[in-house]
Amino acid sequence: MISINCPTCGKRPLSEFHYGEILSVPDTITDDEAIDLDRAFMYNNTEGVKYEAWFHAYGCRRWVRLHRDTRTDEVIDIDSV
Amino acid sequence: MNEFVEAKVDFKWQEPKKTYDVIIIGGGGHGLAAAYFLATRHGITDVAVLERKYIGGGNSGRNTTVIRANYGIPESVRFYKRSVDLYFQLEEETDRWIMHKQKGLVWLAHSEAHVRQEKARAELNTALGAETSYVTPSEIKEICPQIDITGSGQWPVLGGSYHPAGSTARHDRVNWALAEGAMKRGAHIHQRTEVQDLIIENNQIKGVVTNHGKMYANKVLCAVGGHVTSIGDMAGLRLPIRTHPLQAYVTNHYAQSFGPIISSTSLYFYISQTARGEILLGAEIDKQPSYSYRSGYHFLQTCSFRAMTMFPFLRDLRINRQWGGVCDMSADYSPIMSKTEIDGFYITSGWGTWGFKAIPASGESMAALIATDETPDLIAPFSLDRFKRDRTMADRGSAGTH
Repeated sequence: MISINCPTCGKRPLSEFHYGEILSVPDTITDDEAIDLDRAFMYNNTEGVKYEAWFHAYGCRRWVRLHRDTRTDEVIDIDSV
Repeated sequence: MNEFVEAKVDFKWQEPKKTYDVIIIGGGGHGLAAAYFLATRHGITDVAVLERKYIGGGNSGRNTTVIRANYGIPESVRFYKRSVDLYFQLEEETDRWIMHKQKGLVWLAHSEAHVRQEKARAELNTALGAETSYVTPSEIKEICPQIDITGSGQWPVLGGSYHPAGSTARHDRVNWALAEGAMKRGAHIHQRTEVQDLIIENNQIKGVVTNHGKMYANKVLCAVGGHVTSIGDMAGLRLPIRTHPLQAYVTNHYAQSFGPIISSTSLYFYISQTARGEILLGAEIDKQPSYSYRSGYHFLQTCSFRAMTMFPFLRDLRINRQWGGVCDMSADYSPIMSKTEIDGFYITSGWGTWGFKAIPASGESMAALIATDETPDLIAPFSLDRFKRDRTMADRGSAGTH
């Protein structure tokens, strides 16, 4: 993943973007305390395809949403938020 | 042993058995060290180390081999001090030359805040036995004549901390020495053996499912690096870990001697010279989590720019090769060495970018934990449930780069 194809700016180098994680607590965790713990410290750390947000800090300054495979860094889909 | 007396490493490969006393998942430094210390300190030799690829082929073979103890919180200083001490005696103990070389380590401070931080670090570490002293810019220039103390006029060095015990060792040789020591005493190491599932009955670990069939043991240690989350998922454990790539590179041969290991707390890079004479450079992790081992041009560009700010001589060198590894970064930048909610299932993980220096102490402590089922005091603060108890070991400033 050397560049991101920004919907506004076109193909731009990765260094122009800031990474943002879309956090989610799995449905299997129902206990209130466990949910708090999960929100504070735990990560899904997906090995495979996941959604994530990138902020085009040195470009259009808009958030884009990437669908990325973390095993290969291949971008499967991209759209603006 | 010296550099002219080099003996071939003597591995004794065995056929897999159905049952073992202990199974260790992950044939990197931490897994091999656990097997080694189980055999040498506790006489437990019915041990299998399962490695997905080849031993030392993951992050143990991709790191930049800095060994130091100058951490920022007492629990960490004590632990890493133990590891530094064990590294000093590892060559004699294993009778293998691991190319351990004491170089001394300098952390540069470029701001008043960092000067205060490094002064505090020197006090704390010295008090806990890991000798560290505060040094002035002229003293730093004496330790490392190649440094531009003005930081190209942009990043002047205001001071720093000097940690004389800072060393490096050859990572492959550390892995091989530990593997050989464990195998010599009867431990099995199975390469190309991937753990695909864990066998758990009534909250007690019973064994593992591998691509070569099932293997049974009542004690299983997970010593996996970057891919630890997938093992955690098999056990139903939520882990405070994200996997980030970390990159490094070496230049061509630098004819002069570059003595110490130097690290900048503001510019986030560190530099040392390998035994081959190459200049080794590394920086912090990539911002986005990824399991890709790819390294890229952007890292070379930014890291070289920062490094040349402090070391103008690097301009005359060329980049020889670069590589990347994937690091298991814990939420508080401290490792996790612990029992888990599942009986007989232990974990040593969250080694992020700071794992190599901890190999002997982690191996020793985890071996003691497995053998006695009692957590040694040295690693008690690093238990997995510290997040639940809100007793995190936050020390990002000491662990962020190497």
